[in-house]
Amino acid sequence: MQELDLAQMELRAMNAALQSQETGSNLRFEILNPRGAHAVAVGLDAPIEVTVRGSTGYYSAGMNQQATVRVDGSAGPGVAENMMSGKVVIEGDASQYAGATAHGGLLVIKGNASSRCGISMKGIDIVVHGNIGHMSAFMAQAGNLVVLGDAGDALGDSLYEAQIFVRGAVKSLGADCVEKEMRPEHLETLARLLAEAEADAKPEEFRRYGSARQLYNFDIDNAGAY
Amino acid sequence: MCGIVGLFLKDKSLEPELGAMLTEMLVVMSDRGPDSAGIAVYRGADDGQVKITLQSPDPASGFDGLAERLGAQVTQIDTHAIVSCAPGEAAAMRDRIRAMPELRVMSQGDAIEIYKEVGLPRSVAERFDIPALQGSHGIGHTRMATESAVTTLGAHPFSTGADQCLVHNGSLSNHNDLRRRLAKRGVTVETENDTEVAAAYLTWRMNEGDNLGAALEAGIEDLDGFYTFVVGTKTGFGVLRDPIACKPAVLAETEQFVAFGSEYRALVNLPGIDNARVWEPEPATVYFWEH
Repeated sequence: MQELDLAQMELRAMNAALQSQETGSNLRFEILNPRGAHAVAVGLDAPIEVTVRGSTGYYSAGMNQQATVRVDGSAGPGVAENMMSGKVVIEGDASQYAGATAHGGLLVIKGNASSRCGISMKGIDIVVHGNIGHMSAFMAQAGNLVVLGDAGDALGDSLYEAQIFVRGAVKSLGADCVEKEMRPEHLETLARLLAEAEADAKPEEFRRYGSARQLYNFDIDNAGAY
Repeated sequence: MCGIVGLFLKDKSLEPELGAMLTEMLVVMSDRGPDSAGIAVYRGADDGQVKITLQSPDPASGFDGLAERLGAQVTQIDTHAIVSCAPGEAAAMRDRIRAMPELRVMSQGDAIEIYKEVGLPRSVAERFDIPALQGSHGIGHTRMATESAVTTLGAHPFSTGADQCLVHNGSLSNHNDLRRRLAKRGVTVETENDTEVAAAYLTWRMNEGDNLGAALEAGIEDLDGFYTFVVGTKTGFGVLRDPIACKPAVLAETEQFVAFGSEYRALVNLPGIDNARVWEPEPATVYFWEH
């Protein structure tokens, strides 16, 4: 375990130290005194384990590959944005657009996520133990968004092929997002994600939402609207 | 972008530290807005005096002999001056000030003082010795200008009614229309700035009988655009975000205070923050506290 103290070192030096780890190095790091700093533990590309002791600001763990980053606090806007692989766990809440545009990996938020969670997600799996805000999974293309609590307005607006699972109430569905039947393969996916996300919930308690696929092609009957 | 901080003290023992805490919070937000900075502080509400905060672009001549010219006590601090008078004299004092075009009124009220200038938070706070100010609550703003020019008058906070002030992160899209609608009701807005229209709107609502919470509720319907507002009154402190809520906001509450920051890092030095309830205010939801 190596300690990196942001009260003692510059943010760039701390990120450079994490980014310079070789693939397969399997090292553990602890970041002290983040004090809401931006861009903590970004651009990592090695199977290292990083624990941040405190809350972070914008874009923490962005562009992550392979690494496991745990924030022992809350995260500001854009946590794990554009993640490619690896795992990011937020013990507290996450601010808006958590996991935006991310292609892979697993993002776990133990508290609540605010608006636009998983916006334009492209393959990431996101598990939120609490609630999510409005416009979550907007234009989501691939991956799974699992919510143990409630979802805000316009869930899954203009959705492509991402799957959404919600255990609580959905305030409203966005354009072209509909409830779909839960088949055995979905329950299997859910069981795996809940276990990986340290979430105490049963797959059978969730409802599944997805794209009605009505926005994929232009409907000639709507020509008069243009 | 803009940076907002606010502090509403519940514990009177913290009142001597208000200016120092607000300054430190605002300086952390400097990179959210380099154009101008301002702070509103509420203090001395019960001393029986009305305070009028004035600003002069040329304080050497603007404030020269001002105490004699106004027949009031004047305390000058750099480009600003606080005029103190009995409540019954306030209207006459405003008439005299209006006849002095080199002076601009920043605020008026029993408790409010506003200090704002072009520049970074650190320099503005030092010019006006903000860290030495004690008080019951205060609001700070550092501005990245979008809707009007980088001037002292375009700086936040804006005050359009006695002991009221408002700061804003965002931009309003219906401020010209709202400015015309307010003018028909006799409410004048001094500058081209969108935020001042929002402040004047809330003042108008409160003059119509709303409390701060009800005025903010009405604002959700009538104000169009992006906004995170923090509002102060003589005894109150309010927060409102628009329904889209893309302008950041963090609230923290302990038994000693309620604090607002555009980002969490503005709050990290507050006493007991590690055990505070910290949350992101919900969209289109009014939060307000009263003493």
